[in-house]
Amino acid sequence: MSRRRQQHAAPHRSGLPGALVPLAVVGILFLLLPLLGLLVRAPWRTLGDELFNNEGLTALRLSLECASLATILCALVGVPLAWLIARGRFRGKGLLRALVIVPLVLPPVVGGVALFTAFGRRGIVGSHLYDAFGIALPFTTSAVVVAEAFVAMPFLVIAVEGALRGVDARLDEAAATLGASRWYTFRRVTLPLVAPGLAAGAVLCWARALGEFGATITFAGNFPGTTRTMPVEVYITLQQDPTAAIALSLLLLLVSVAVLAGLRERWLTTPG
Amino acid sequence: MSRPPCGTAAAAMLVALGVLTAGCGGSSGGTPAASSSKLTGTVTVLAASSLTESFTALGKTFETQHPGTKVQFSFAASSELATQITGGAPADVFASASPATMQQVSDDGDTTGTPRVFVRNTLEIAVPSGNPAGVTGLKDFANKELTIALCAPEVPCGVAATAVFKLAGITPHPDTLESDVKATLTKVTLGEVDAALVYKTDVKAAGGKVQGLDFPEAAKAVNDYPIVVLKNAPNPTTAAAFVALVESPQGQKVLSDAGFQLP
Repeated sequence: MSRRRQQHAAPHRSGLPGALVPLAVVGILFLLLPLLGLLVRAPWRTLGDELFNNEGLTALRLSLECASLATILCALVGVPLAWLIARGRFRGKGLLRALVIVPLVLPPVVGGVALFTAFGRRGIVGSHLYDAFGIALPFTTSAVVVAEAFVAMPFLVIAVEGALRGVDARLDEAAATLGASRWYTFRRVTLPLVAPGLAAGAVLCWARALGEFGATITFAGNFPGTTRTMPVEVYITLQQDPTAAIALSLLLLLVSVAVLAGLRERWLTTPG
Repeated sequence: MSRPPCGTAAAAMLVALGVLTAGCGGSSGGTPAASSSKLTGTVTVLAASSLTESFTALGKTFETQHPGTKVQFSFAASSELATQITGGAPADVFASASPATMQQVSDDGDTTGTPRVFVRNTLEIAVPSGNPAGVTGLKDFANKELTIALCAPEVPCGVAATAVFKLAGITPHPDTLESDVKATLTKVTLGEVDAALVYKTDVKAAGGKVQGLDFPEAAKAVNDYPIVVLKNAPNPTTAAAFVALVESPQGQKVLSDAGFQLP
């Protein structure tokens, strides 16, 4: 059967109840109208000036750098963590998995407050760092990376864990029986097999980090060049110049759509 | 607002559908209620965050004086509130921490009558209790070694701070520019910064957790706080009564006890 015919035949076979269609249309409009609003109200004529002033560019560069660093940090510890959850055999694994996902459902502002209590100058870890080395994390670019990594890591962990579960563990065993060390097996067998999952997780993680606002403005504050990322810039700009805020939002929308386009192979093709 | 949040969300969905434009709460819009002497309903007050404590107290007084009424507050940076009002936020009263922000709302045609100044406020240096960094005055804000929080120049307390530093001829080195004065104060309360510039009333409201240091230039950068009933107020009669309470001797006493200067 050709692809075309399959698509035509599908609605008949699935027998979608007609009543669902109007509600689905509401869903579509609800998701798309705000985006349309941005496009309609965007200051197209002065867009260049609004976007490429120094502050906007500084914020964009900072956002891209911090999101990338946060993603690297997440991959570095997130992949081993995902491996532990997927393959490890120990008590309380289910609890560990649930705890790791908490930042995903936690309101980001709460995440910011929590980061203060841990890594602030008077935090349970931060106070020792401050007293011993004079290191204060809040209000630095590192704090932005930490806040973003805290919020975005669960996305990567879940994606990699799912990929690991999908991989036949017997392949690892086969490698081991052939004399490969555990580390060699992880590097040359397991990791390549989960690479697509890791890539998808990393992109999701990066996108989440790029959009991070609540934890960042709470824990890292807001200063141009050091901690003012794009979402914070949009929020602050909106108070004085809504048009400029729309222009900046448009830029972030563009980046998001680009990310989605990069992932189209994975999500935009309907499973058939 | 009397509508539950779900109502607002549902309203957004219905607007998307284009079937209904009104929310499900059914709060009457245009027609002012037949002027009965008895005040009823909810009055929504958008106020500068520095007014949090005193207005909350006044709201309680108002509800006691007029049983059946409810005063709903939203405290934030005045500039943020102004953006909300010009964006069509349904509110009855706006109390701003600066005439410039009020002007933004008046220029948009959202006010009734002329806004009136009801209090004034000055800045003060706030340090964590015990003053661990040994801050003595405004000049310490130029010290790069110290961790400093200021209000963002987009919000009224940031505008006042900029004016003060200009007057004193000091270039500050802040580490963070917070989105409203309470956020700035919180960083001091948490002990995460060595010093911040906030309003005198905020230092007072923070109690023992924060110490205040006066400085001479503060007297030259005083913020006027105007108040007004909004044009699209759902409950204009009760709104006017709340403004009257704020301007009454009783209201003014609450405000001056909180550290505000009377106009």
